[in-house]
Amino acid sequence: MDNFTVGVVVFPGSNCDRDVSWALEGCLDIRTKYLWHESSDLSDVDAIVLPGGFSYGDYLRCGAIARFSPLINALDEFVKSGKRVLGICNGFQILTESGFLPGALVANKNLNFICDDVELDIVSSKGGWFNNVDVKQTIKLPIAHGEGRYHCDSDTLKKLVDNELIALRYKNNPNGSSFDIAGITNNKGNVLGLMPHPERACDETIGGTDGLFTLKSLILK
Amino acid sequence: MDQFAVKVFVRLRPSVLDPAGEATKSASIKLGAEGIKSLRIGKMIEVKIEGNGENEVRGKIDLLCDRLFANTVIEDYEYSLEKL
Repeated sequence: MDNFTVGVVVFPGSNCDRDVSWALEGCLDIRTKYLWHESSDLSDVDAIVLPGGFSYGDYLRCGAIARFSPLINALDEFVKSGKRVLGICNGFQILTESGFLPGALVANKNLNFICDDVELDIVSSKGGWFNNVDVKQTIKLPIAHGEGRYHCDSDTLKKLVDNELIALRYKNNPNGSSFDIAGITNNKGNVLGLMPHPERACDETIGGTDGLFTLKSLILK
Repeated sequence: MDQFAVKVFVRLRPSVLDPAGEATKSASIKLGAEGIKSLRIGKMIEVKIEGNGENEVRGKIDLLCDRLFANTVIEDYEYSLEKL
């Protein structure tokens, strides 16, 4: 596992790329490599994180422009090969805009930008992203978003429920998300998108370690 | 080549809550406007585009609307087109 490398994608406007890298390298001793959005060569990374921020200034819709970057075009093959992709906050928005995950993320119900710690129920550990489920059913992670209200139609919601694709639900829904959804996976389980920030909960001194497991699970096969 | 002016209207689908529209409705009522039953906010995108005739241009605009201008999970779109 020594050479395992996680690619951290940098778009113009990403602002959590360094946090993700710090959490992976500093807290988990996992090697990282920044991937500029114009690169389509993913051959020397084993997993990918799409970090939070405001890619392309959130112009048009959050994640809408990032979808057309060379890197996201190359992601399709990467995902099909079974390698793991984690989209955090803006990364989750990019994954829904580009069709890797169903649904969409829209403006919070109360229009506020919400910056807070939230309690989350682990609903499914499909893909092994939340296997700490036997230790505790609830985790606490920070959120920081203005457009985090997960929306999908009723057919999609049924598919998410039936196929156990809902990873996390808010205990006290802060933004009006359908079915309290905070994070979902694809059918295979190798793609996870979530609005909360696991990379900001990797050290007790800055408010908790509940995000460690999810980042660590990037190295799972 | 013909040139066209296109106006694309992108709207949140009726089933999607529009909190910005609700907030603006509330402010409109505070301003004293009476009789507002609903208020929803969308986007208008103006494009000037060249092509060989209206059909070809409509094809391009359909692609743009479907893949970029609107996210059809949450939005509907329509457009008007004027030959310049």
